[in-house]
Amino acid sequence: MAEITLKNVNKKFGDNWVIRDFNLKVKDKEFVVLVGPSGCGKSTCLRMIAGLEEITSGEIYIGEKMVNNVPAKDRDIAMVFQSYALYPHMNVFNNMAFGLQNRKFPKDEIRKRVEEVAAILSINEFLARKPAELSGGQRQRVAMGRAMVRKPKAFLFDEPLSNLDAKLRVQMRAELSKLHEKLGTTVIYVTHDQVEAMTLAERIVVMNEGRIMQEGKPLEVYEHPKNLFVAGFIGSPAMNFMEVRVVEEKGRLYVEGESFRLAIPKGLEDKYRNRVNDEVIFGIRPEHMNDHQFSGDFPGMGIMEATVDVIEPIGSDVILIVMAGKDQLTAKVDPHTTARVYKPIKLAVDMNNMHLFDKKTGNLIE
Amino acid sequence: MGYSKRFTIFAHIALIGSILIIAFPVIFALIVSTHTFQESFAFPPPFHIGGNIVHNYVAAWNRVDMGRLLFNSSFISVAVSIGKIGLSMLAAFAFTYFGDFRGKYFFFILILITHMLPLPIRIVPTFELMDDFHWINSYYALTIPFFASATGMLLFRQFFLTVPDDLCDAARMDGAGPMKFFWKILVPLSKTNMMALFLIEFIYMWNQYLWPLIVTNTNDMRVVQIGIKMLLAGEEQAAEWNVIMAGTITAMIPPLIILLLMQSSLVKGFVMRQEK
Repeated sequence: MAEITLKNVNKKFGDNWVIRDFNLKVKDKEFVVLVGPSGCGKSTCLRMIAGLEEITSGEIYIGEKMVNNVPAKDRDIAMVFQSYALYPHMNVFNNMAFGLQNRKFPKDEIRKRVEEVAAILSINEFLARKPAELSGGQRQRVAMGRAMVRKPKAFLFDEPLSNLDAKLRVQMRAELSKLHEKLGTTVIYVTHDQVEAMTLAERIVVMNEGRIMQEGKPLEVYEHPKNLFVAGFIGSPAMNFMEVRVVEEKGRLYVEGESFRLAIPKGLEDKYRNRVNDEVIFGIRPEHMNDHQFSGDFPGMGIMEATVDVIEPIGSDVILIVMAGKDQLTAKVDPHTTARVYKPIKLAVDMNNMHLFDKKTGNLIE
Repeated sequence: MGYSKRFTIFAHIALIGSILIIAFPVIFALIVSTHTFQESFAFPPPFHIGGNIVHNYVAAWNRVDMGRLLFNSSFISVAVSIGKIGLSMLAAFAFTYFGDFRGKYFFFILILITHMLPLPIRIVPTFELMDDFHWINSYYALTIPFFASATGMLLFRQFFLTVPDDLCDAARMDGAGPMKFFWKILVPLSKTNMMALFLIEFIYMWNQYLWPLIVTNTNDMRVVQIGIKMLLAGEEQAAEWNVIMAGTITAMIPPLIILLLMQSSLVKGFVMRQEK
């Protein structure tokens, strides 16, 4: 068990910087999720910690020790791959034992450890089978087992659940969470699936183009995104963005778009007082817009009139895609909504959860 | 599949017909090898099994010391096949997994060029080299010049390229060095390819005639293909076709055994890969 620290890490492939000035400190026993769109450098980051990829500059520490020049096999870290990367010609037992055999563990110890871990993952019946004879979920467990038998300082997961079907993924997600609780080992987990990130992480690190955009507790990142990228990336369906102007009338502040004017709640007004008459980006999540008919009035509510474009019932809610002026917006409304395509609808916007972003920098206005 | 009965019958007739045409020389050789010297010159030629079978095969065996020749051929075929597989796997391993050794591209092209040069072009310089090494009339000269193989290298390189990179990374995380990865992961995965190459190279070496003829000069170092030629005796004597054919059939038996032995596991290997 150990802390993992990355200090000013850079990585260049040819002429491309894939990781730029990356600083991260993962605490002992912490579960950290790196999340971002594909190509944002999150997997590269993981591979650099694993020692599979050299870093161009900067320092990586595992515990107290700088490991820049320590080869992968001596870093005492285990990795689970997206493709599982099981050795196809070896049975499950040998797949799990391979790492221990290479490290010259005594045979009894290897057998004991493999059987112990197999029992935890309930794959002990399959020890004699080859990977080709296992289902996707079972292979996934073997891949995790192979990492676990080594009792490493930290686990690295590279999108381990993305090859599973939806139902199994949810199940394995829960099991992973439990497993981390039980083993208490440091985990760095890479995914592009923000639901996975939100549910698993103790701390989320949102990445884009090789940089950290924001890090923090999952709910903190969701409720207080620091910039447009994070706001748009975390949350599903994605947050709505509209170009608006902050206006003042009779001492009250409003955001004014092409086809709407919404009052900024009194508690928030002070933050935006110095932005009056500025062009800014207004962000509101779909879950904070409801059909007014079902929401009723509430403090901090603003009403927005729009025309329904698409109706997508998903059971627990109905997703509406609406047009408000030239802005296309998504709203997550009550499942009993009477909205009809091409008909107008009154949306109740919960302005307590509004966000304003600077148009130039894309950063949250605080 | 839903072929009509008429088509099935037609297909069978066509296939049996072509097999007969292809196999005719072998069948005829087999028939001739069972007749006496006189019978083998009869016209029309005999199309039944004769009664002189034991005499012909014993004669062929004794006349050119067939046992020794078969041993020589088997030895060089097996040695070259194994040597080729070993060398080409290591070369393919280097070309596939070691990204940046100097002149990688240069060496790759060089190997491909050797593949394009036919044997007759290489024969004089190679002979001279063998002479310089004092290897003439030895197993070294019969085997080592064949060890390098662009075909084998390409075959394994193509195969290694299909092995997922994650497997290599996983082995690194599991603490396996490059040679361990090679032995424990790549070699077992290459079994089918190794067997296929072994089969091809064994038969290729078994059929070598020109090079063994040039680099050997005593009868105990000759190979079986030269032995058949030796059965043809001198020009002043009529060729004993019954004995020659007996020698030919004898020379065919070892590769046939290898083929039959390996065929089933080769097919199994290919089928297994299909299933994945």
